[in-house]
Amino acid sequence: MVEKPKPESAAAPLERIPFMQRLLDNPFLLLFIGVVVPTVIYILWGVMEITQIPLAK
Amino acid sequence: MSTAATESDYIGRLATKFRTCPATGLKVDLAAERLIKANAVAAVVFLMIGGTFGLLVALTRWPAVHLLSSDMFYLVLTAHGLDVLLLWIIFFEMAILYFASAVILSSRIAAPRWGWVGFALMVVGGLMTNVAVLQGDSSVMFTSYVPLKAQPHFYLGLILFAVGALIGCFIFLGTLVIAKEEKTYEGSIPLVTFGALTACIIAVFTIASGAIILIPTFLWSVGYIANIDTLTYKLVWWAMGHSSQQINVSAHVAIWYLIAAVTVGAKPLSEKVSRTAFLLYIFFLQLASAHHLLVEPGLSSEWKIVNTSYMMYLAVLGSMIHGMTVPGSIEAAQRKSGYTRGVFEWLRKAPWGNPAFAGMFLSLVMFGFLGGISGVILGTEQLNIMMHNTLYVPGHFHATVVTGTTLAFMAATYLIVPLIFQRQIIWPKLARLQPYLFGLGAAGISVFMMGAGTLGVARRHWDITFPASDVILPYGYPPIASLMMGLNGLSAILAAIGGALYIAITVGSILFGKKVDATNAVASLGPMPKKIVHEAVTKYGDAGTWHLPGTYVLVGLFFTTFILYYFVNWKYLSELWPMQ
Ligand code: HEM
Ligand SMILES: [Cu+2]
Repeated sequence: MVEKPKPESAAAPLERIPFMQRLLDNPFLLLFIGVVVPTVIYILWGVMEITQIPLAK
Repeated sequence: MSTAATESDYIGRLATKFRTCPATGLKVDLAAERLIKANAVAAVVFLMIGGTFGLLVALTRWPAVHLLSSDMFYLVLTAHGLDVLLLWIIFFEMAILYFASAVILSSRIAAPRWGWVGFALMVVGGLMTNVAVLQGDSSVMFTSYVPLKAQPHFYLGLILFAVGALIGCFIFLGTLVIAKEEKTYEGSIPLVTFGALTACIIAVFTIASGAIILIPTFLWSVGYIANIDTLTYKLVWWAMGHSSQQINVSAHVAIWYLIAAVTVGAKPLSEKVSRTAFLLYIFFLQLASAHHLLVEPGLSSEWKIVNTSYMMYLAVLGSMIHGMTVPGSIEAAQRKSGYTRGVFEWLRKAPWGNPAFAGMFLSLVMFGFLGGISGVILGTEQLNIMMHNTLYVPGHFHATVVTGTTLAFMAATYLIVPLIFQRQIIWPKLARLQPYLFGLGAAGISVFMMGAGTLGVARRHWDITFPASDVILPYGYPPIASLMMGLNGLSAILAAIGGALYIAITVGSILFGKKVDATNAVASLGPMPKKIVHEAVTKYGDAGTWHLPGTYVLVGLFFTTFILYYFVNWKYLSELWPMQ
């Protein structure tokens, strides 16, 4: 594989930066994903199941 | 940008004092350096305290010694978990965050005053919780499952500590922003910094979960809240308890890359591949928290399987990628340095006499073989039931968090002391031995606790002999279980010696080590084949080769072990409840 020179984000605005690289270069987007994914799949889903457990009489 | 912001930026830039590192040429912000020092010192102090408690626990669980009384056992066990798992590890991680942002990027650190506020909160909180435990009314284990109730200052201390750590995370993120704006680096951040970013992101989720559950629990202990639901507590607590282990994994993987880069000049095989592996952590690693709840009847199988099987395996994939690319990058660098004979010359001629390298490689191998494989076993719902709440669990996590994280952090210390404290390591001969001693002892406690756990021995249990005078239904484990506990005790002594040596060397070097200056800066980092610090640490870039026969052999060995052990456990499972 031939290495293409890496475009510098500011110097070469015309070359499109690949989506994955833009994602990986954006710490705050990553932070958002890293907090939302487990909050939804683990915590919210889990809490919903717990609230549906019938109470003992 | 508003003028006020520009002005304060300008002032911030002017007020920052830098020195130039004689070994690496990096610009080091002195404010960042002071914070790194303070956090690293606090970490080592708590490792000393917590490690001593660990030895006492192991000696009590050795039936022939049975050192502590039952009250003291549970007190000391709580203190052990707290001091090593939370305080040692997280203080050290704060030092890593500051190092991986300000130092590696040659940037000034964001809001250093806040760094000191965070540090003070962490110290006060850590001490407060320790006091609560040592007073004796808070032997609730570090998991503090409700309805076990500790003293209010137990929870309050934890909350303060967490807030302090959260401040550290924001300083890290702020420093990334500053470095980007002030263009202290080009293109993308280097991989070590990206690994630290992963750790920081997981930390934010971890700390938020901790706050969500510990604040109500604190109010409950004071009497403002009548009841905390036990299952909800466990669910949210493990979002913190498990995720914090994933901070550790991300941080120690970043340290592996760092040490490989410094000692042998290893460049990532592919930045893309390694960064994607970290991305898998960000997406999925925290979901594996569900493996702590696999036997809870209140949660559905769908929830358990989605969170542990599908998603966790994606995170495990991330670890396996690092498990291959770290040795792979070392092999690539070593082959480039001319160690090309046969499959393994690169490994034989690696700087094994450098404690940073040796500790890193041992950490890598043991984390994978002992911690990784046993983790997948425990995370498999069907197999989990065999080991649930047995000593297999502490066996597994001592492999991850002691032979993995702790050993990696110890290894990093051999670079941080000369680079940041600017002192040479005293007793270099003993320092060479230290990772092997501690590694062997820690591997021993992991393996023997796993062995005892496979035989069914319970975790957190003061007396496994169940004398007829004490129990209604006497029970005896097979005698080999006592042997396992004895071997565990012996390994604990070895690990404690290795740990004490680490502390003596670190403290001794900081206080009495020879000053590092331009003439001896690189030599102070220990034996290295190239005698220069490669820019691989601070620059984004690939090694550009996949010719790695040795690494492929190691990976093959790993998978063979993995598959064999996995199926052995399914066989055990089939024998657990014989059908007659
Ligand atoms: C000299 C080194 C160490 C020795 C001998 C040691 C030994 C032990 C033993 C025997 C147990 C008790 C298992 C049980 O009865 O359930 C234990 C628990 C534990 N250890 Fe260690 N350990 C050491 C270092 C560490 C380190 C460095 C960490 C973390 C970084 C750690 C984290 C823990 C945790 C979290 C527990 C569980 C406490 C609980 O169940 O509440 N240990 N250790
Ligand atoms: Cu876990």
